[in-house]
Amino acid sequence: MKRQRLDLMTSFITFLRRLGQSGIMRVESIGRSGVFLLLAIFGRSGFGSRYQLLLQQLYSIGVLSLVIISVSGLFIGMVLGLQGYNILVTYGSEEAVGQMVALTLLRELGPVVTALLYAGRAGSALTAEIGLMKVTEQLSSMEMIGVDPLKRIVAPRFWAGFISMPLLAAIFSVIGIYGGAMVSVDWLGIYEGSFWSNMQQSVNFADDVCNGVIKSLVFGFVVTWIAVFQGYDTMPTSEGISRATTRTVVYSSLAVLGLDFILTAVMFGEL
Amino acid sequence: MVRMRTVEISVGVFMLAGIFALILLALRVSGLSIQTAQTTYHVHAFFDHIGGLKVRSKVAISGVNVGKVVSISYDKTEMRAKVVMEIDSQVNNIPTDSTAAILTSGLLGEQYIGITLGGEEKTLQEGGEIWNTQPAQILEDLIGKFLQQSVKEVE
Amino acid sequence: MAFASDNIVEINGLTFRRSGRAIYDNVTIHIPRGKVTAIMGPSGTGKTTLLRLIGAQLKPDAGDIIVDGHSIPSLSRSDLFKVRRKMGMLFQSGALFTDLSVYENVAFPLRVHTQLPEAMIRDVVLMKLHAVGLRGARDLMPSELSGGMSRRVALARAIALDPMMIMYDEPFVGQDPIAMGVLVQLIRLLNDALNLTSIVVSHDVHEAASIADYIYVVGDASVLGHGAPDELMNSTDDRIKQFMKGLPDGPVPYHYPAQDYRQDLLMGEVL
Repeated sequence: MKRQRLDLMTSFITFLRRLGQSGIMRVESIGRSGVFLLLAIFGRSGFGSRYQLLLQQLYSIGVLSLVIISVSGLFIGMVLGLQGYNILVTYGSEEAVGQMVALTLLRELGPVVTALLYAGRAGSALTAEIGLMKVTEQLSSMEMIGVDPLKRIVAPRFWAGFISMPLLAAIFSVIGIYGGAMVSVDWLGIYEGSFWSNMQQSVNFADDVCNGVIKSLVFGFVVTWIAVFQGYDTMPTSEGISRATTRTVVYSSLAVLGLDFILTAVMFGEL
Repeated sequence: MVRMRTVEISVGVFMLAGIFALILLALRVSGLSIQTAQTTYHVHAFFDHIGGLKVRSKVAISGVNVGKVVSISYDKTEMRAKVVMEIDSQVNNIPTDSTAAILTSGLLGEQYIGITLGGEEKTLQEGGEIWNTQPAQILEDLIGKFLQQSVKEVE
Repeated sequence: MAFASDNIVEINGLTFRRSGRAIYDNVTIHIPRGKVTAIMGPSGTGKTTLLRLIGAQLKPDAGDIIVDGHSIPSLSRSDLFKVRRKMGMLFQSGALFTDLSVYENVAFPLRVHTQLPEAMIRDVVLMKLHAVGLRGARDLMPSELSGGMSRRVALARAIALDPMMIMYDEPFVGQDPIAMGVLVQLIRLLNDALNLTSIVVSHDVHEAASIADYIYVVGDASVLGHGAPDELMNSTDDRIKQFMKGLPDGPVPYHYPAQDYRQDLLMGEVL
């Protein structure tokens, strides 16, 4: 009996220790990622072709995400038009469908869905690319050549993500709104003038468009940060890469949704 | 180097498309006009009850939008709700004895402030006050009155 | 300090731990200038870790590492990158930058650290590629090279800036006999022709012994012995004999440290 109780005690203490260990590791990892971010953003590059590197990344992060962003934007806009019409027509105010589509896209779906798609498309690719560079010792060898991989590899990717996100979100929203217009005006026969004028009356540039852009800037910052850090912090094995890629998608999706709530509360909640 | 050129061109197109989308959002979707540098002036009014009025609710004269509500607070000395409105400077000839009423657009629509013009020569300036106000109509009160009336008629 | 000019790397009292386990415990290693020094030992004894410590990719827990008069652990981040320019390192996998061609890989250190005109860079790159016999492969991408070839390209990149020393991390692992022979010859040739210092980390006894001027055998977190290849081959020390002759059991235990075998089996009945 005594021995059993002792065993229980020790296993409980081991559990506590594990918990503490993992807590310390979490905090450590957050701290590391913060230092990493500072070094990546504010370190001087001292490197001539920085523009070229940024361009290359804008291409692989921004341009290559364009197709998925446009297609999803179009479909989401069309669905919003259809659903909005079906709901509003029962109150006889189907003219407000333009307002509904525009506000939903600008305030929420534009920034959020773009960020989620971006995390899946570009974020995971970023993590895998940087992780693979680490596994194949390219980062180490770059360090040994005397080039800081944070500046050469991480910084241009980070900035490219930060720049691309608001542009992608804006493209998403515009295509979505035109998709909604296509369905409700051309198909369901809402009068075109009232569709657009209702929208213009209710959409406020400072409140809706600018806040949407601010949201997507924040999301771009966070998702890219998570993606490049997870890649840089990968355990250098093939299993490590697959885990880091999964973590990128999961963490950034959660971060986007959580932050979206906080930002919405601050921007529209009249707190 | 051919590859680099296509990269450069497509990034350029991407940036242009993004900026074009932002401009479209500004002009076409939110109806922002270019001469946005509109100046405004503030007036306030006290209401017994504001109903569902909110910050950013519109302020209208004859149904035309001329400004918006910028703040709502409870005034301790007046013991009523204080509503501050921002009105376009172009509309600078509102008489001081005008009436501000909290109205509802449609049966279940949003509430807004409708200003009915008075006959005074003096006009409202920055920081001015609209004395005549009509509180929001509260549905429960209306129903109550209606019931009382019908009870009386029956008697 | 007449001593210092003879030794390009001096490691004094080095202690390094990883997750509680001592990889090195109070180790002293001196690498003579202008010679080929082999660091040998069983797998998993942290030979690669030693190179990373010299390259300052890891920080020691105690002790000092002096490379050409600079104390590596106390250098600032930017000074460190300056010192690293004098070191070349050949990684196990070659670690070529996969997004650059062979030519651009070799040109990379030159573009980063020098302001040479393009024509000069071309000459230097072709000279280095010629030295490793791959001048004709300059337009290939790293994915098109065999393992031995990519290691040779990496070698050309490592000597692009004419470093004062090159560290080879397991250069012979996974090579066919021909590629191995080429590498052995290259290491020796480059060392003598360019007046370099070479540090070869390896567990291939015969290849390493055939080119090394001096050998350190590490294991058990310490230096087991050192001397010229002949001396070590004829060493009477059991531990060195075991390694050099490749015996399965001996002072370096066959079993990973564990609790008593008998007791371990009996534990199953208690549970």
